[in-house]
Amino acid sequence: MSESNEFVRNVAEKKYEFGFTTDVHTEIIDKGLNEDVIRIISQKKGEPDWLLQFRLDAYRYWLTQQQPTWGHVTLPEIDYQAISYYADPTAKSKDSEKKEIDPELMKTFDKLGIPLEERLALSGTAVDAVMDSVSVKTTFKEKLSEKGIIFCSISEAVKEHPDLVKKYLGSVVPPKDNYFAALNSAVFSDGSFVYIPKNTRCPMELSTYFRINARNTGQFERTLIVCDEGSYVSYLEGCTAPMRDENQLHAAIVEIVIMDNSEVKYSTVQNWYPGDAEGKGGVLNLVTKRGDLRGVNSKLSWTQVETGSAITWKYPSCVLRGDNSQAEFYSVAVTNNHQEADTGTKMIHMGKNTRSTIISKGISAGKSQNSYRGLVRVTKNADGARNYSSCDSLLLGSECGAHTFPYMDIHNNTATIEHEATTSKINEDQLMYCNQRGISTEEAVGLIVNGYAKDVINKLPMEFAVEAQKLLSVSLEGTVG
Amino acid sequence: MHATVGGKEILKGVDLTIKDGEIHALMGTNGAGKSTLSNVIVGNPAYEVTEGSITFNGQDLLAMKTEERAHAGIFMSFQAPIEIPGVSMTNFMRAAVNARRQALGKEPLKSTDFLKIMREKRKLVEIDQKLMNRSVNEGFSGGERKRNEIFQMAMLEPTFCILDETDSGLDVDALRIVAEGFNKLRTEETSAMVITHYQRLLDYIKPDVVHVLIDGKIVKTGGPELALKIENEGFDWIKAELA
Repeated sequence: MSESNEFVRNVAEKKYEFGFTTDVHTEIIDKGLNEDVIRIISQKKGEPDWLLQFRLDAYRYWLTQQQPTWGHVTLPEIDYQAISYYADPTAKSKDSEKKEIDPELMKTFDKLGIPLEERLALSGTAVDAVMDSVSVKTTFKEKLSEKGIIFCSISEAVKEHPDLVKKYLGSVVPPKDNYFAALNSAVFSDGSFVYIPKNTRCPMELSTYFRINARNTGQFERTLIVCDEGSYVSYLEGCTAPMRDENQLHAAIVEIVIMDNSEVKYSTVQNWYPGDAEGKGGVLNLVTKRGDLRGVNSKLSWTQVETGSAITWKYPSCVLRGDNSQAEFYSVAVTNNHQEADTGTKMIHMGKNTRSTIISKGISAGKSQNSYRGLVRVTKNADGARNYSSCDSLLLGSECGAHTFPYMDIHNNTATIEHEATTSKINEDQLMYCNQRGISTEEAVGLIVNGYAKDVINKLPMEFAVEAQKLLSVSLEGTVG
Repeated sequence: MHATVGGKEILKGVDLTIKDGEIHALMGTNGAGKSTLSNVIVGNPAYEVTEGSITFNGQDLLAMKTEERAHAGIFMSFQAPIEIPGVSMTNFMRAAVNARRQALGKEPLKSTDFLKIMREKRKLVEIDQKLMNRSVNEGFSGGERKRNEIFQMAMLEPTFCILDETDSGLDVDALRIVAEGFNKLRTEETSAMVITHYQRLLDYIKPDVVHVLIDGKIVKTGGPELALKIENEGFDWIKAELA
C-alpha cells in the first residue's frame, strides 16, 4: 500500500485511457434479434443440436418477459433490434487461413497491457482474450493441460469437452433466472471455460480479458468455471471498451461450480467505458454472476472493483449448499459523473454451519448514484449459519447519491446475522489539512479513497491491486475542489 | 491586509513583518482575528483577502495554492487537528514529505531512509510508534494530536511556523515536551508566529516580539514583557488606552 502515492502521481492527468478503437476486419452479422439470428450464431460456432435448443428455449422465454425496472438505475429502453449479436474480429477474408491472429489484434491487447505472446506474459498468469463475440487467443493452454486443467474459450469447450459443458451449463444460472440471463442464454457469444480436476491446485492465475470493439454490437459473455473436489483456482477478469457516443450492451453470465473441499477466488477489475462527463454513451453492464458451493467445506470469494459502465446492474452471488461452506464478497464500486450502479450480492445459506462475509464500499462522486443491494437468506435447514455484512458509502461532493438496500430472509433461528453500515464524506477540512502539509487535493483524494477501499483492494492478487489503485484515482480525478 | 470570511470582514488592516529567526507572539481577545490571520497566511480557501498582500521570502503568497505555500516552507500547527480515516500517519507523512521534495526538484525518499527519519523525529516529541500505524489523528487524545502536529513539523522542516494555540488542552508535562521539541527544531532561519492566550507557553518558546490583536487590528506591539503584563492584567488596560 505504501506505493499508492506514486501510482496516484503516475496516473495524474490521465482520463479513460482505453478508449481507442482497433481497425480490424470484423465480420458482423446483421442487426436484429430473431430465431434465425440465433441459428446463425449457433451455426457459426458449429454447435451441437442440444445447445441450439438451449438457446431457442431461452429466447422464447425471453420474448414473454419484460425488462426489469426494480433497480435504482435509469435503464434506457434498449432497442434489441438495433444491436448486432455477433461480431468476429478474427474473421479474415474467406480464403485466408484463420490460424494466424491479425497483428492488429495482438497490438490491441499489447496496448491494453495484456500480451498474448507467452514469453511476454506476466509471470504466472494465463489469459483468455475475448474481443467482441470471439476469443482471440488463450495462452498457456498446453502447459495447463499437463495437469489436466482445461482453460479455453467456451466455444472451444463446446466442441472439445461437450459432456462437461452440457452437464454444467445453466446449472447455476438457469436460462429462466431473469430477463438478462434469458437474453444471454439465447445469444451468448464467447467467454471462458475452466475445469480444474480433482486434487489439483491450479499453478497459475487464470484470467479473461473482455474487450468490446465493434460499433453497435452487444457482448454476451458466458463463463463457466468448475472446480472439482479438493482443488483450487484463482481467476481474474478485466474489461475495457472504446469511447463511443451510443450505449453498448454487455449482458454476461458467469457460473461457478465448487465441489467438496475446493476453493475458487474470482476477482474482477471492471473498467468499461463509463460514458462522457455529460453522461453520453458508455457500457450498460447487466450481469448475472453466481457461484454454487455444492460441496462440503467449499469456499468462494468474489472480489470486485467496479469503476466503469454507464449503468451497472450486478450481484455476484453465492449459494452455500454444502455444509461448512464459506463465501465472501468484497466490493468497491466507484461512480462518477452520471454513472449509476446498483450492485451487491446474494448469500443463500442452505447448508449447515455455512458462513458468509460481505464487505461493500461504495464511492460516489459527481452526479452519480451508487446503490448497494444485498440479500442474506437462511433456509430452514441451515443450522448455525452466520453472516457478517458491512456496507460503507463515501460521498465526494453534494450532488451524488449513496443508497443501501439490505434484504434479510431468515428461516432458521440459530442463524447469526450482523449488518453494519456507515456513510461518510470527504470534507473541506480534511482536504485543507492535507493541502497545508503540501499534499495536493487530487493526491489527497487518492490517499483517502485508497485508504477507504484498502480492505477490499488487499484481497486482490498483486498485479490487479496495483491496477485497481490506479483506476480509483483516475476515476475520481477532478471530483473535488 | 484585509480579509473576510463568509462575507464578514475579520481582519481590518493588519501590517506585520517577521524576520528570519524571529518568534512573534500573537495575543488577543477571542474573535479578534488571530485564527483568521493564520488561515489567510496558509491559504485556507474559506478565507478571502480583500485588500493588501502577503510576501514570503520575496514570493507573493496570495498567488500560490495552499500546497505550494507549504512547499515553500510554511507550516501550521492546527488548533484542532483533523481526522483522516483510512490513511495511516506513515502514508500521510510519506505523501507530504515527498510532495515537498518533488516541488523542490528532489527525488522521493527511499522507504528505508524515510522510516529512519520518522524514527528520529518521533523521539524528538516522544510520540509512540503505535500512533504512526493508525489513521491520521483518529483515536488520538488531545495531547497526542498536538504532539503529532509538532512531529509533522519536524518531518517537514518548515522555515516559518504558525503555532495556533498549540498549548490548549496540554498538561504541564506535555506542554514542556511539545515546546522543547519545537525549540530543538529551530534553526537560525526558522521564524514563527505563536498564537496563545497564556504566558506558560512563552516561558518555553521565548518571543522576540509580542503583538496584541483586537477587532482585526494589531493595536499594540512590544517585547516579552507585554505578554507578562497581559497574563497578569488582561486586555482591559489596552482597550482603555484605545478608547
